[in-house]
Amino acid sequence: MKVSAIITLKKDVLDPQGKVIHQTLDGMGFKDVNEVRQGKYFEIDVRENDPKKAQKIVEDMCDKLLANLVIENYKIIEIQ
Amino acid sequence: MKSAVITFPGSNCDRDMHVALNKFGFKNQMVWHNDNELPKSDLVVLPGGFSYGDYLRCGSMASKSKIMQSVIKFAKSGGLVMGICNGFQILVESGLVPGVLLRNKYLEFICKNVFVKIDNKDNPYFKNLDKEVFEFHIAHNEGNYFCTNDQLKEIEDNNQVAIYYCNDNGKTEEKFNPNGSLKNIAGIFNKKKNVLGMMPHPERMIDKSLSGEDGSLFFKNLINNIK
Repeated sequence: MKVSAIITLKKDVLDPQGKVIHQTLDGMGFKDVNEVRQGKYFEIDVRENDPKKAQKIVEDMCDKLLANLVIENYKIIEIQ
Repeated sequence: MKSAVITFPGSNCDRDMHVALNKFGFKNQMVWHNDNELPKSDLVVLPGGFSYGDYLRCGSMASKSKIMQSVIKFAKSGGLVMGICNGFQILVESGLVPGVLLRNKYLEFICKNVFVKIDNKDNPYFKNLDKEVFEFHIAHNEGNYFCTNDQLKEIEDNNQVAIYYCNDNGKTEEKFNPNGSLKNIAGIFNKKKNVLGMMPHPERMIDKSLSGEDGSLFFKNLINNIK
């Protein structure tokens, strides 16, 4: 199964890259932006046919390596 | 006194650290990240560099490498483990010291000399040093120390802040903070203070004609403390 996960910075963690992207967008004329937060996206092809088990495996990966839970949250967004 | 410096793929301050440790009396051994066992050591150093190309998050891959299992065991049994720069990032990723190191506030790679203030000398690293303010070199992109409010409270309650960024007089104001780190924190101990992680590089300050000698003071004192 292919499992997609996104990792985002927690709300109160400063995201300097997001800020610079926001400023650049502003300079390009995109004036209606309140905030930009940058994150990471993973597509993991797991040798497991049960979607629930596949999700568990990727959640375990997020807990142990892909995300740093001090500053980041993760979310499984798709399993196919 | 025996020491071990771990070389990860992408470490680039490992040889500088080897030279520094040997210069001040340690018998240092280089250890490859893929080894299982640490040699018998009084001090283990995780050096600076860009382990695993800083992929995913700085230090995250290295913190899962084979040798780190032994380093973690050594640290948990009270052994002295020091992480410099990328080594500090590896320490936070392995959970040996609390917090994380974020991208520098102004998104610049910072490479310059800074002053740091030693707050607490009740530990094997700084005990008996006869000054508080040291000039060290920093070179990093992710040195912006951050932790949760709960962690910060615990760190402060246990006197775990090792060093703060400051000016040459030891003033720890925000304007002397190079990277946006929380409360000007430049280095942190674990609870038992046998594990030290810090962004500055003392190994780059061991020769009067090349740089300065504040690193020499640090290493000379360290080996005397361990003896």
